[in-house]
Amino acid sequence: MTVERESTSTSVVDPGPTWGEYYRQMSLIRAFELRAAEMYQRAKIGGYCHLNLGEEATVVGLMAALEPRDYLFTTYREHGYALARGLEPGPVMAELFGKTTGVSGGRGGSMHLFDRKVRLLGGYGIVGGQIPPATGAALALTYRGEPGPNAEAVMCLLGDGTTNIGAFHESLNLAALWHLPIVYVIVNNGLGMGTPVDRSAAEPDLYKRGCSYRITGERVDGDDVIAVRDAANAALTRARAEREPGLLETVSNRLRGHSVVDPAKYRSKQEAERLRALDPVHAVRARLIAEQVLDEDTARRIDEEAEARVDAAVAFADASPDPDPATLFQHAYATAVPNAPHRLPADPVVPVPELLP
Amino acid sequence: MSASSVIGTSLTMAKALNEGLRKAMEDDPKVVMMGEDVGKLGGVFRITDGLQKDFGEDRVIDTPLAESGIVGTAVGLAIRGYRPVCEIQFDGFVFPAFDQIVSQVAKLHNRSAGQVKVPITIRIPYGGGIGAVEHHSESPEAYFAHTAGLKVVACADPSDAYWMVQQAIADDDPVIFLEPKRRYHAAKAEIAAAPTPLHQARVIRPGTAATLATYGATVSVALEAAEAAAADGTQLEVIDLRSVSPIDTETVVDSVRRTGRLLVTHEAPLSFGPAAEIAARVQEQAFYSLEAPVLRVTGYDTPYPPSRLENEWLPNLDRVLDGIDRLMSY
Ligand SMILES: Cc1ncc(C[n+]2csc(CCOP(=O)(O)OP(=O)(O)O)c2C)c(N)n1
Ligand SMILES: [Mg+2]
Repeated sequence: MTVERESTSTSVVDPGPTWGEYYRQMSLIRAFELRAAEMYQRAKIGGYCHLNLGEEATVVGLMAALEPRDYLFTTYREHGYALARGLEPGPVMAELFGKTTGVSGGRGGSMHLFDRKVRLLGGYGIVGGQIPPATGAALALTYRGEPGPNAEAVMCLLGDGTTNIGAFHESLNLAALWHLPIVYVIVNNGLGMGTPVDRSAAEPDLYKRGCSYRITGERVDGDDVIAVRDAANAALTRARAEREPGLLETVSNRLRGHSVVDPAKYRSKQEAERLRALDPVHAVRARLIAEQVLDEDTARRIDEEAEARVDAAVAFADASPDPDPATLFQHAYATAVPNAPHRLPADPVVPVPELLP
Repeated sequence: MSASSVIGTSLTMAKALNEGLRKAMEDDPKVVMMGEDVGKLGGVFRITDGLQKDFGEDRVIDTPLAESGIVGTAVGLAIRGYRPVCEIQFDGFVFPAFDQIVSQVAKLHNRSAGQVKVPITIRIPYGGGIGAVEHHSESPEAYFAHTAGLKVVACADPSDAYWMVQQAIADDDPVIFLEPKRRYHAAKAEIAAAPTPLHQARVIRPGTAATLATYGATVSVALEAAEAAAADGTQLEVIDLRSVSPIDTETVVDSVRRTGRLLVTHEAPLSFGPAAEIAARVQEQAFYSLEAPVLRVTGYDTPYPPSRLENEWLPNLDRVLDGIDRLMSY
């Protein structure tokens, strides 16, 4: 049976070690993303650079639910996920810088973070490109292990705008038909570039879009780290134990433009101000202090520590070597290909006979 | 501003395209534009800026994120008498629509024994050199040129941009229209009073020592190379092919008969690229005129590299000049 529900935020701040840890991660992501924007503007980062600003609570909640044994496929807006998954800020920043010490060897850049060790199987720059591969990774799990509470599962992130591309629908159908242990998470930040959800989706209640595939859908407040974590946990539990795919929609805000170069002129000034007031990092910080889970000093220490880690990440990225042009031809193929058409830069395509008069 | 008034004025390529699209919409009420954020926002490169405001939401359609849906619905519009112009935001995003393009756009006319026409224009900002990465810097022309039923053209200067986009839209066949995005704001140039035929190549710099043929993004590189070579006393003839498919072989062969040497350059990777096709045709038709093998200076046979290696990967001035040296010393 299909269940759709909108869960409202009921979480109360329970004191305990988790809150400090969640705030620490949110603060780190915030500091990292603000610095990434700055480094982009200083031309240290090439390509395009999409930030998780405004999505910190969603990121931390989702990653709190994901076990180390699970697999993660993300969009191009994925720096925060890599950090919350436990990757060091240095190699992540180095990847943004295109340096050889980056998590993808400088090959992927901001949109294509990859780290097998933490089972981050890629950021994907093509909208929807991650969804069928994630579905296939879930299929692979069904060959390897039995369902159960300790089984592995896949989490596949996508944006609101991405629910309109065919790959999403093909994948949901396959996942439901084949009973795959996967949770698709729609990170609804209200916009696909400049287009609001209700202008792009015929069913703007995105969590309902699993309906025709009989996939359980749920919507949570993406600014509520506990609600996100618990909803993700519930969906992952079903995926592990019952091999039922899930669809989770988190609702949050994109605090800035689509990418660092987007001035977001399509957004009114009032709207931008409204969003700033809803900033989830500030909200969580204020709430934790108000409810005396953290004191101001501890919160400040956490923020300073985040800044220091990001300082170190930038220093590491800066000091790391640029890729050697000779490596251009590595990894085009996984095998030694006879007669491969590779050529080193400046190698003549047709060698000039040496002894011509 | 009425579009006809831009003739004789100096525009950037971006503005020229915008004016050309505007003129096409004024001239034919059946022309409709569709794409992601092309309306209110005017497209990420602002090429359709202001068109929705002036022609309405029915004629400049903001679509959801669905390239296959965009091109596929354009097919339906086209076979019912409209002239859709689809904007693909970046080169690498055309592939979700690849199935519709090669299976339907290219073939419906043939499959229906001529009962329907598919006058679609698919605009693709293409090519590298803007510090972007994979998916945002690619040159996919060979995929399309390999498909019978599609025409593939690339503009290289503002005047051609203005005229060629209108010619593509007015054409009853589907046209893949490549816009070298790094040239959008590169330089202003005057809009000519009349267009060159869409599939005709043009000698843009006469010369005698060798022919340098290219199109789109690398035309400016070729002109720079010719300038540098001239300083060394080598007069290169530069041809802007303008059309990748069909190729105006005659203009190239005619030039090679005079110069005896040919270098072809493009950003698309080497193997099975347009330069290979041109080399084949030239050796077929001008074998006895050739004093050296036809050389190719192109992107390498790898995925588009990260931005730090982009300059090494692209056929830049140094690489083209190196190719000329090899061509001349053969
Ligand atoms: C196939 C394809 N088409 C278009 C794009 C350009 N593009 C990148 S992100 C994006 C908007 C996606 O919006 P959404 O899914 O809501 O994710 P968000 O960026 O808001 O996180 C677009 C149109 C792309 N990367 N790939
Ligand atoms: Mg979005």
